[in-house]
Amino acid sequence: MQWLKAEQWSVYAVGIAIGILSWLAFLLSDHPLGCSTAFARTSGMVEKLFRGSRVEEKTYFKKFTPVITWEWMLVLGIIIGAFISAKLSGQFQLCWIPPRWQAMVGAIPWIRWLVALTGGAIMGFGARWAGGCTSGHGISGTLQLAVGSWLAAICFFLGGIATAMLIANVFPLQARN
Amino acid sequence: MFKAIHSNKSVQLLFGLLMGILFGFLLHKGGVTTYDIIMGQLLLEDFTVVKIMLSAVVTGMIGVYCLNSMGLVQLHIKPGSLGQDLIGGLIFGAGFAILGYCPGTLAGAVGHGALDALFGGIPGVLIGAWLFASAYPRLEQGILTRGYFGKLTLPTLLKLNKWAVILLVCAAIIIILFAIEKAGL
Repeated sequence: MQWLKAEQWSVYAVGIAIGILSWLAFLLSDHPLGCSTAFARTSGMVEKLFRGSRVEEKTYFKKFTPVITWEWMLVLGIIIGAFISAKLSGQFQLCWIPPRWQAMVGAIPWIRWLVALTGGAIMGFGARWAGGCTSGHGISGTLQLAVGSWLAAICFFLGGIATAMLIANVFPLQARN
Repeated sequence: MFKAIHSNKSVQLLFGLLMGILFGFLLHKGGVTTYDIIMGQLLLEDFTVVKIMLSAVVTGMIGVYCLNSMGLVQLHIKPGSLGQDLIGGLIFGAGFAILGYCPGTLAGAVGHGALDALFGGIPGVLIGAWLFASAYPRLEQGILTRGYFGKLTLPTLLKLNKWAVILLVCAAIIIILFAIEKAGL
């Protein structure tokens, strides 16, 4: 079982396996793989803690009721699955600053935290605006040949590449110390 | 034959968890749960993310359409519009590059111990999704329905047989993957 402990598999083996996983999701759960509605539902659950059941009256939460669903369990599973893989390969490590970030911006945790929070908020807003994310549109939607999903997936990367290039220009890679 | 399983709620929650564990395991083994790999992709230096996505799309497309032809699965096409997919996609992309993870790989990053993902990315996405939910009534009848085209698929758009489109898309993806490998990316 040495392969389970490998740090990385062939990217094509991983891609094909995710494709097969999408068959299982359609077949056994009548559901495409997707992640971002789980975040929308969770935000409703958090709001419910403060405002009670009035939250369920909001138009959006009538569409996406703030409850635990298949997709919510899928996202929880992703955390567990990545944890198992990282533990098996000895790569689990609590870490605030990704190496590339450190080489670009530096090693101060709160700056990384603030930028991750801001980027996350923009991405979460955009994911719900587009009605899906890199898995829901980028894999599940495109594999069904949905025009909207192809358009969204292409825009994810166009927006992402343009923004990343801008960031790399403002913060060029410096010698790591 | 799978109808009974589909409507069993507790079984479905368990399936969601199990499929998530497989998905997270695969994302980590593919290396795409790290900030460095995702930024490398968006800066067009390392094509790991695109290679995994495109090979998943080819595999998934052939399998799901075969299962659909056998009457074993239903398609779930999301209705689309220019206002929704184009603008939402670009906003998503900007956040994707600032954060350095997408929603699925963000969860995977939490699994291998990335604290910026756990304390920054996750609450950030929750705040963003909540803001959208609150803005939704104002957007619903406006920008989101601009250029509405519904559950349009490539075969309908191109007026071609679905198997012809599948063949074309798979061939195009395989050529792109070969070109990426040839360029050494």
